[in-house]
This record gives sequence, C-alpha cells and structure tokens, in this order.
Amino acid sequence: MAIPLDQILIQTVTGLVNGMILALVASGLTLIFGIMDVVNFAHGDLVMLGAFVGATAVASTGSFWLGLLIAALTLAVFGAVLQMTTLRPLLGRDPLTTILATFGISLVLQKYAIWQWGPSARQIVEPISGQFQLFYLQYPWYRILTAVLSAAIIGGLYLFLKFGKYGIWIRATMQDRVMASAMGIPVPLVHTTVFAIGAAMAAASGVLFGPLGGVTQNMGFDFTLRAFIVVVVGGMGNLGGSILAAIFISLLEAYASLVVSPAQAVIVSFVALILTLLFRPTGLFVPTPK
Amino acid sequence: MRFGGLVAVNNVSLSVPRGQIRAIIGPNGAGKSTFFNCITGVLRPSAGRVLLEGGDVAGLPPHLISRRGIARSYQITNILPGATVLENVRIAAQSRKHGWSLLRHHRAFTDLIERSRAVLHDVGLDGKDDELAANLSHGEQRTLEIAIALATEPVLLCLDEPTAGMSVAETEATVELVRRIAHDLTIVIVEHDMEVVMGLAGAITVLHYGEVLAEGTPAEIQANPRVQEVYLKS
Amino acid sequence: MLLRLEDVQTYYGKSHILHGVSLEVQPGEVVGLLGRNGVGKSTTLKTIAGIVRPAGGQVTFEGRPVGGLPPYRLAHLGIAWVPEDRRVFRLLTVLENLRTGLERPGVSEAQKSALLDKVYAYFPVLAERRSQAGGTLSGGEQQMLAIARAMMLEPKIILLDEPTEGLMPRMVSLIRDIVQRLRQDGVAILLVEQNVPLTLEATSRCYIMEKGAVQYHAPSAELKNNHAVIRQYLGV
Repeated sequence: MAIPLDQILIQTVTGLVNGMILALVASGLTLIFGIMDVVNFAHGDLVMLGAFVGATAVASTGSFWLGLLIAALTLAVFGAVLQMTTLRPLLGRDPLTTILATFGISLVLQKYAIWQWGPSARQIVEPISGQFQLFYLQYPWYRILTAVLSAAIIGGLYLFLKFGKYGIWIRATMQDRVMASAMGIPVPLVHTTVFAIGAAMAAASGVLFGPLGGVTQNMGFDFTLRAFIVVVVGGMGNLGGSILAAIFISLLEAYASLVVSPAQAVIVSFVALILTLLFRPTGLFVPTPK
Repeated sequence: MRFGGLVAVNNVSLSVPRGQIRAIIGPNGAGKSTFFNCITGVLRPSAGRVLLEGGDVAGLPPHLISRRGIARSYQITNILPGATVLENVRIAAQSRKHGWSLLRHHRAFTDLIERSRAVLHDVGLDGKDDELAANLSHGEQRTLEIAIALATEPVLLCLDEPTAGMSVAETEATVELVRRIAHDLTIVIVEHDMEVVMGLAGAITVLHYGEVLAEGTPAEIQANPRVQEVYLKS
Repeated sequence: MLLRLEDVQTYYGKSHILHGVSLEVQPGEVVGLLGRNGVGKSTTLKTIAGIVRPAGGQVTFEGRPVGGLPPYRLAHLGIAWVPEDRRVFRLLTVLENLRTGLERPGVSEAQKSALLDKVYAYFPVLAERRSQAGGTLSGGEQQMLAIARAMMLEPKIILLDEPTEGLMPRMVSLIRDIVQRLRQDGVAILLVEQNVPLTLEATSRCYIMEKGAVQYHAPSAELKNNHAVIRQYLGV
C-alpha cells in the first residue's frame, strides 16, 4: 500500500509543528528535573492553567498576544510560589516524595480549574487566520506560527542559559548544586526561578495550543504524559535532547497516523519509550551514555 | 586489579597465617580498599588468586565467599535498622545452617537463637537483644556489625576501618573487642588509626601505589625509614 | 581574629566525625591542618564552608557566628572552599567556571576584568584553555582552576583541601608557589594536607588532628624539628 508522497510531506510538517509545542512543554519539565531532581507530575496542569488564564485574558483584552504574555507571567509567579511553599521543603528527600507531592498538586489544580472556570471548555481565537496551499490541503498559517514561536521561545531560553549573565548560575547549579552554592550562587533562588521559567513555558504552550485543540480542564494529562515520554527519550535534564526527542516522537506519531487512526498512533510513542528504557535508558539523544 | 587503564593493585602477594591479626595500612590511594574488596568478593581480581585454606576464592560472589568462611564488616554500617539486634544476628547465623527442611525448622531455630545470644554476649551487646538496631548508638551499631560477621562462623574476619568516626573511648572499646574475639580467628584489618594498628596487629603489610612496600611486625614497620617517608611525604 | 572554631561537633548521619574541634586563623595567616586519613580534616573544612552543618560548638567569622549558614552566604562573607576532589564544573568552560565566582552583585565589569587578568597571570595555562570544557583538563589543571575559581570570590580566607593530592612533583611546587603568592596578597589560608614537608614550609602554624579533634598545635618552624610529634601523629 503505497502512501502518496504529499501525504508524507504533510505529516512531516504536522509532526514538526506538533513537536515544537511539545518541545516547549518538555524543555520546562526537563529543566526542572535536571536542576532540582523534581519529577513534576503537575506540569501538564500548568499548561492547562496557562491556557485558561490565557483564554480569560484574551477574551477580556481582545488581544492574543497580551493574553499570551499575561498567562506566562501569571503562571511564572504562581510556579514560583508553588515551588517555594510545597517543593522547596522537600529538596533532598527521596524521589517518591516529590512524585507524590506533584501528583497531589496536579489533582488540586484540576479541581481548581473546574471551580474557577466551570466545567465547560474555553476558546482561544487564533491571532492570524488564513491558510495557504500545502499540496492538496488548506493549511492554517497559525500552525506554522506556533512552531515558529515555540522555536523562538526555546531559542531564547538557550541563549539565556549559554550567554546570559545568570544563565551560568542555572547551568552550574544543574551540574553540581553543592559546589554552585560554595561559589556564592544562591541555589534556592535558582531553583525557584527555573521552576517559574518552566511554568511560564508551560503556560505559553497552553495558550499556543488553545486555538488548535481547545481549552479543557483535563487537557493537562495528555501533555504530562507526552512530555514525560519526550523527557525520558531525550535524556532527563538534557535540554537539547528533549527538543530533538519531541520532534522525533511527534514525527513518529504523525507518520503512524498515516496507517492507523491518530488515537492509536500514540502507541508508537510508548514503543519508543520502552525501547529507550531497555537499550539506552539515559536517553536516545544523550551524546555519551553515562 | 585493573580498572580499565588503571592498575589499582599491582602484584600484591601476601600470606596470613592462621590465627594472626594482620593490618593493612598505606597512605591515600594505596589500593587498600580495592585489595580488600578483592579478598571479600566485592571485586573480581583481574589476575591472581585468593587462596583461603588452599582453595581459590577469587571472583566468587559474596554469598559463596561467606560460605567458605570469609566475613567482613563495612565502613558504612550495614545492619538492618528495622530489625531487632537479635534478629540481625540470627539472620546472619541462619546462613550457616542450610535450613531447607520444614520439619526440623523448630529445633533449628532454637539452636540459632542460642548461638546468636552467645555471639552477642561475646561482643558485649547482651541485654540489647530486643532493641531495634536503629536505636543503638553509633558505636553499638558498629559492634553489631562485627557480631553479624561473627555469627557466620568465619575462619577469616575482614574489618574495614572499624574505628572510623569513633571517639577515643569507642575506639578503645573496639580494640578490646577485637582482641577478645581474636582467639580462633584470623583477622585482616584495614585501618588508619596507628594506635589501633600498632596495638592490635601481629603483622603489618604496607601498601603504596598499589604495591607492597613493606611487611613485618609493628616494631619493624615503625623502624622502617621508607615507610615513614611514604607517610610523611605523601 | 578572622576565623574561630570552638569545640565544633559534626556528624555524618550517626557517625560522629568531629569530636570538638577548636582552632583559629588570623587575617592573612597561612595555617596548616595536618593529620592522618580519616581524622576529620576535610570534615572540618566542610563544616566551616557550610557544606555540612555543625551539630555543636561555634564557628565564628570576623566576630559573627556563622555555623549553619548555607555555603552561598558564607561565600559572600569571604569564605572560599577548594574541595579535595576539585569539583570543577565539567560541562562549563574554564572561563565559565571562573565566572561562577565573578557574577556577584556589587562587582563592576572593570573589576571582573581585572580579577580575570590577575588569575590568568597566576595561571597562564588557564588563559590558554579558557574556552575548553572543565572536564577536559588534566588533574593539575583542574586543581589550578579550582583555586583560581575560589580567587574569583575575592575571599578573606581560602579553605584548601589537599591541593597536592594526586599531583606530580612539578605541580606540587607550583601549588607551593601559589600559596606563597596568595599569602602575599593578604589572603588567609587554612591548608589541609598530607604532604608534611610542604605544609611545614608553607605555613606559619600547624594544627594536628587525630580522632576528630585537634591534639597538637605549634608554630611550623618548631614542629619541623619535632620529629617525635610528627611520627606520633602523622607517621607510622
């Protein structure tokens, strides 16, 4: 059964586009894990909260961009407060404790969303409408925009980490938090900042995704699940790896949906996860396996 | 013992006669721990043999090494904190009885408990049978470790820095203990505390950069200028 | 009085490592801390640097009690720690390693530049390798980087933990020179070492530890001739 080339190319574009939003979510998650060893089960719910805050902000201000900014800032602050109150006291405890804590936070956030915004879904109107001809499809420009924006945000993060004045603080703390502290780096502040950055990135993903998939109270789980698969496949704590893995996984799923239904296509992601754990548990995209 | 390109222990040969207390000393990085781990089955030597009573035990997994009669204590206390003192020792003692038979089970247990109590008495922990191991003081926990090792009825007891982190009083108590249990046993001890070494050892082997630098009685070692040099200049 | 420890007790879990350590360092002094393996020398430095919390006793720096403060606060107060295993940030370049100590509030760009120049003058090889990842340096170079990094903090005291360990003799004399120059700069040094001759030469006073406490204390010149004490506490 030959698959026409243009279908493959379309799925490639879809995979890349989906991959970029996923990369945005996953980079926050991997950064948080890399620096404070926290497996953040609530990450997808931060995406969800960001989407809701964004939806509300867009509706009241009429501007998508303003809504995006407000959502990111709000979740950054919220993330910082969350980390300082619930996660900082748990630093250094065994991993199971933080997993349970973030799992609990996830449940609380979901219930909060229902309480705050009611059980119905929200809409975010895309900032640019219009489509272009991609082979036989009318492809929305907005989808391309999300990929570009995600790439820009991740690129900005990378530049900040590599060249920014305080990027060094974050990178040093990720490698050796005790020695970083001995060098005068205020490690607790770095932890809180990184969590805030991760939350802001999650919020941005939520708002970007809004026009594509709607804003619902249980959208978080899917994001958490996929983000975890990406983070494991890409190597926990490895920023570049998680980006490559996000694209890789999304492409796999996109190609798989050529032969099976999209709901079933997610199976290939799990297969990738299992194979990674079996053969290269430190991550497929880690330069040298440790 | 070779780790990749690094030769940690290079052609170390020594023989310990039955009943002796042998101390292994040497400055940092001399290879003492690696050598110790080769004897006790934690590491498989890259080459060479470890002969216990004539039979080669090199490379045997730890549980088989224990069956052959080598017991060791660890630097980081390796007891079961959630079990009582008596249980800790009894579990170790059980390893000597191949208790598969369910019929004999009841009587075998009494033997084990008596044996365990005897060991606890030997080390001076009697009266603490029912205490949770986690509640013991640090010194008592280290003593319990030795008791656990003794309960396996070893022919060779290997002690890894038994007085590390101990106060002067606890150190003296440990030295006393080792002297007491030393009859019947052959003991190899890695130590940094020179007073302990000089007080306990019948013979000393000095390692340096993975090789044997000197061997002899405590007096001989103390008089050996090369040994002094290595310690002070390292 | 720059640094004073009074009867400091430290535990690792249940293991009682420091059984009451007392010592002091004056501003600009180079003081040695000697002792065999396992007596608690590293733990003493770690307690001062805030890496481990003291369970008892007092640590006083420039007159204020600092026991229990986290390392980054102590670094700002002027205490720099150079650990035994160097702990260079392996994935950061040499320059980035140095910058971890430079990016502090209150340091102007000009000062940062000057500090870097100074350290490159001390350690030319670091200037050469400034864009190389820390993990690719040799042992001796990593030791230099660790010391240079500490100097970036413009500390009042540097806690040096066995700087010559594992180094070739050529590097050992380099370390001795560095200690000299640091002393000339007015930086106090608490030097933990197993290399007794080097320590006696480089320091003005020495403390000798055994079993978790200071057992002997003398000016280095005096100790040099006291073979009996050296044998007893450091030899065999």
